[in-house]
Amino acid sequence: MTLSKATELPIGAVVTEPGSTRRNITAGWRALRPVIHDDRCVRCQLCWLYCPEGTIVELKGIFKVGNRTYDTKYEINYDYCKGCGICANECPTKAIEMVPET
Amino acid sequence: MQVQKTKHIEALTTNYAVAYAVKAADVDVIAVYPITPQTTIVEKISEFVANGELNAELIHVESEHSALSAVVGAAATGARVFTATSSQGLELMHEVLHIAAGMRLPIVMAVPSRTLSAPISIHGDYSDLMNARDTGWVIYIAASAQEAYDTVIQAFRLAESVSLPVMVSYDGFLMSHTVEPVELNDEEEVRKFLPRAVRPYTLNPKRPVTMGPLASPDWYYEFKYQQVLALKEAYKVAKEVDSEYGRRFGRSYGVVETYRMEDADYAIVAYGGASYGNARAAADLARKRGIAAGVVRVRLYRPFPTADVLKALDGVKAFAVVDRAIMFGSPAEGPLYKDIATAMYMHGIDKPALGVIHGIGQRTMYVEDMYKIYTMLRENPRKEVVFLGVRV
Repeated sequence: MTLSKATELPIGAVVTEPGSTRRNITAGWRALRPVIHDDRCVRCQLCWLYCPEGTIVELKGIFKVGNRTYDTKYEINYDYCKGCGICANECPTKAIEMVPET
Repeated sequence: MQVQKTKHIEALTTNYAVAYAVKAADVDVIAVYPITPQTTIVEKISEFVANGELNAELIHVESEHSALSAVVGAAATGARVFTATSSQGLELMHEVLHIAAGMRLPIVMAVPSRTLSAPISIHGDYSDLMNARDTGWVIYIAASAQEAYDTVIQAFRLAESVSLPVMVSYDGFLMSHTVEPVELNDEEEVRKFLPRAVRPYTLNPKRPVTMGPLASPDWYYEFKYQQVLALKEAYKVAKEVDSEYGRRFGRSYGVVETYRMEDADYAIVAYGGASYGNARAAADLARKRGIAAGVVRVRLYRPFPTADVLKALDGVKAFAVVDRAIMFGSPAEGPLYKDIATAMYMHGIDKPALGVIHGIGQRTMYVEDMYKIYTMLRENPRKEVVFLGVRV
């Protein structure tokens, strides 16, 4: 990738459009990734609540896990998850496992 | 037949002259905080705003750091802004000086220069200004109340043309608090000279942008290089603005002013009102006593007018640079001396150049002192820094 030259950049380092940070994927420095074991998840929502980056995604629908049916499911947005492990720490059923990034 | 307009002349201190220039420029936002010897500028502006003579937002801030921060914010919205400071106040602004320049905001600030603590002194020299030299601001040093008035108006035009903040400095007390006749321009004419430029990006809820963001190592250097280019551009634009101002209002100064330099063998290079005035009187005296003496005054200090200074000193046998600030521990303690020595070295010019430190903490500078510099240049031309007027 070629970066812009000094003369091509907006004067005074102005970011000229809103929402440009959405293009910045901020998970580059993650060492451990959280993996949710859905069979152990009781839908308590604590991981969703505690995540400092808001990267736990709550999905609505009908989800059959074993012989149970839930109307929500939790997934992780790995574009922004920094791997801090707070979710795994807070999970009361140890349904979130921190797995080394490869 | 051309209609001769009646001249409007007032007796004003340089500080008041600056306040009148701010009024004429129809400034929108002014941050006011008092510090000696600047206070009477913002006092006078407050009076203008209170009397309805200037329709501006006057922000009372709690420090100089806030004063500059407030005008940074206001300038980011596209407003025309002004503030003023001196001495420790300029030091307190220091981190915001870099921010204003880095964000490329056209702020105009008056700096009647004053010495720095410790020991505490409220008197004048250029210690404060010289500490703000490398912040990326354009810096003018005026030598009369009239010039300060004209320069503040020019500064708005320059700042808005090249997107750089501009300081207009002059002698604390020796100019800021002394009265001179000042010819004031017709305010309508000033406003025609300063049209409201449409800036490409301003803070506007209808068109959101981010200003002052974080720049990682792969971007920061490029933005700093932009500032280098902008200051090079400012050198050119400052001359254009000055000559256009001269055409419209009949007064222009150039970036470097010379006095009796046509056939001078020996020159004093100086900045500010007292140094320049004394040097001119000394040059007259020296000429009477048979020394071909002249004076060069640097009016635009940043960007440094290298080509004009070298041209002005082209014909002299030796010259001296009078500085009213000390660069402690430097190979040569005078800041202007260092600039000129660098310029000479880079252009392969080798000439005896005397560095003279004088007027520190408003130590009285006599015409005889300046005359003595001419005799030193003639009798013993050398490269050395001397501390004139100090008891050693």
